[in-house]
Amino acid sequence: MTIKPIRLRSRVVAFVILALVGAAMPFAASAQSASVPDTKTWDGLKGDVFGQKPIGDAGGIITIDAPKRAEDAAIVPIDLHFKTDAATGRIKAVTLIVDENPSPVAAVFQFGKDAGVTHLATRLRVNAYSYVRAIAETEDGKLHMTQTFVKASGGCSAPAMKNQDESLASLGKMKLRVFTAKTPGNEPMTRATEMQLMIRHPNNSGLQMDQVTRYYIPAHFIQGLTVSQGDRLIMSMEGGISISEDPNFRFEFDAKPGEDVKVEAADTEGKKFQDEWPLESSSL
Amino acid sequence: MSEPTRRSVLKTGVFFACCGISHVRLARAQSSPVEALPVKEITGGVFAFAGRPEMMAANNEGEICNVSFIIGDEAVAVIDSGGSVAEGRQLVAAIRARTDKPIRYLINTHMHPDHIFGNAAFGETGAIVVGHHNLPRALTARGDYYLQSYRDAMGSELMADIRIIPPTKLITGEEQLDLGNRKLTLKAWKTAHTDNDLTIFDEQSGTFFTGDLCFIEHLPTMDGSLLGWIAQLEELKGIKATFAVPGHGPVPSAWPQALGQEQRYFDALARDIRKAIADGVPMAEAVKTAAESERNNWRLFDEYNVRNATAAFAELEWE
Ligand SMILES: [Zn+2]
Ligand SMILES: [Zn+2]
Repeated sequence: MTIKPIRLRSRVVAFVILALVGAAMPFAASAQSASVPDTKTWDGLKGDVFGQKPIGDAGGIITIDAPKRAEDAAIVPIDLHFKTDAATGRIKAVTLIVDENPSPVAAVFQFGKDAGVTHLATRLRVNAYSYVRAIAETEDGKLHMTQTFVKASGGCSAPAMKNQDESLASLGKMKLRVFTAKTPGNEPMTRATEMQLMIRHPNNSGLQMDQVTRYYIPAHFIQGLTVSQGDRLIMSMEGGISISEDPNFRFEFDAKPGEDVKVEAADTEGKKFQDEWPLESSSL
Repeated sequence: MSEPTRRSVLKTGVFFACCGISHVRLARAQSSPVEALPVKEITGGVFAFAGRPEMMAANNEGEICNVSFIIGDEAVAVIDSGGSVAEGRQLVAAIRARTDKPIRYLINTHMHPDHIFGNAAFGETGAIVVGHHNLPRALTARGDYYLQSYRDAMGSELMADIRIIPPTKLITGEEQLDLGNRKLTLKAWKTAHTDNDLTIFDEQSGTFFTGDLCFIEHLPTMDGSLLGWIAQLEELKGIKATFAVPGHGPVPSAWPQALGQEQRYFDALARDIRKAIADGVPMAEAVKTAAESERNNWRLFDEYNVRNATAAFAELEWE
């Protein structure tokens, strides 16, 4: 599994300029004041993302948990659980969407055939009062959607970087944690192993003006990521700017003792990052 | 390589439009005299107004942080403009009730709306806006979001005049400003409360204006780096001041005792979050109980603690 080729930076710039001129970004204003969640944004969005394909109710195949209020708009924890059966087959892909963000598609995850991923948690920027939804595609080709409504906290909790210099200084640094079955709060695991992958990256949203040149700095974010063990794909992600600074993924999968876990990532500036960790059988 | 799809464009949308271009409205004609902000003279030539430990709202006109001004032989320096243009105008009126000397500097201690939303009130005074070298960048990233996100709480009337006005005189390291036989030492700190914290020390009176590096009563808010803040507490304590004007809390406050409350909170927060991380507790769970022992020591604990814990968790995970 290789990482998708880097999209041309000029396209990003072009889009940024387009957005500025158009000034028609779906911004917080309308959604912010609405107290009753309506799905107008999604109704207009789903065709762009999924075409004419029917989207059914998740019915427990995929569930989503998020705080009702985004206390820190820059870091909103999202938790996904998957539960499939023989009829639908496994989940091939999950698309994570924040309706009211200027970049609604936060990420598209693909899962390896025998990866056995049952749980995935990450963190998002939530720009406004918004539905956060997850759409799973099962092996039978059907789409299953679940959603939750998140209220942006408003006020000075902006979905922006807190420590920009630090973020850039350690760009691309990765950390992998393996949670053992003995960890309190976790159910005892058999083959499934829980891991957490962290990548230092500003995952910059763009449109910040360079104060010296007066030009807009293009968005700079992780756009491709793969996690594999041995030759086996665990999962890959195609990401956008709605993933929080220092992207963070905690997931459970069927681990094979003794095989290394390998992570490759690429960002919009063409930088590639990779790291590898041995997975001791003792940690399973 | 595939062509960018509509989907890929949806992922590269833009979070913030640039600040200051939207909703600019001419200031209202100031026919009616503006009431002066009830400042008190805490020592010779140093005046301060203590904000209320509340959330910014229409009924408090955003007057929640401490704002100050210092009068030298030749000129005046203002420290923070308040949380609305209405407050800023009252601050100007308070200055004009005491001196005719020009307002040479408007110093912004950092990016937060309660400290900068009043900047537009100083447009006609000719004051030079002064800030940390990171402040323009921070305002570019957040300005429009601030203008949007406070609309509900503050109401459109108060928001109408507010503009994001970044500093033009930028401070790196330490620099002095002279008000005429009165030297102010400005210091740009490393990331702590935010990545653009600036303090002001008035040598003549020994008054130390901490901005939001010091919170008393009002729960501190984390918008920079908990570790950075903790790491700089000793250096802060080393400032040889007679007393302090904190960003939030009683004016004046004893120095360096003023830092005691927040230090205790930081320790509790860091301890609880570190334990949760070590135990493998997920972020969403950990933030619900972190620093709970501090609840009764603060105002606005429910409004800010989970947010602080979330930011602290994301930071301390990298230790
Ligand atoms: Zn403040
Ligand atoms: Zn502040």
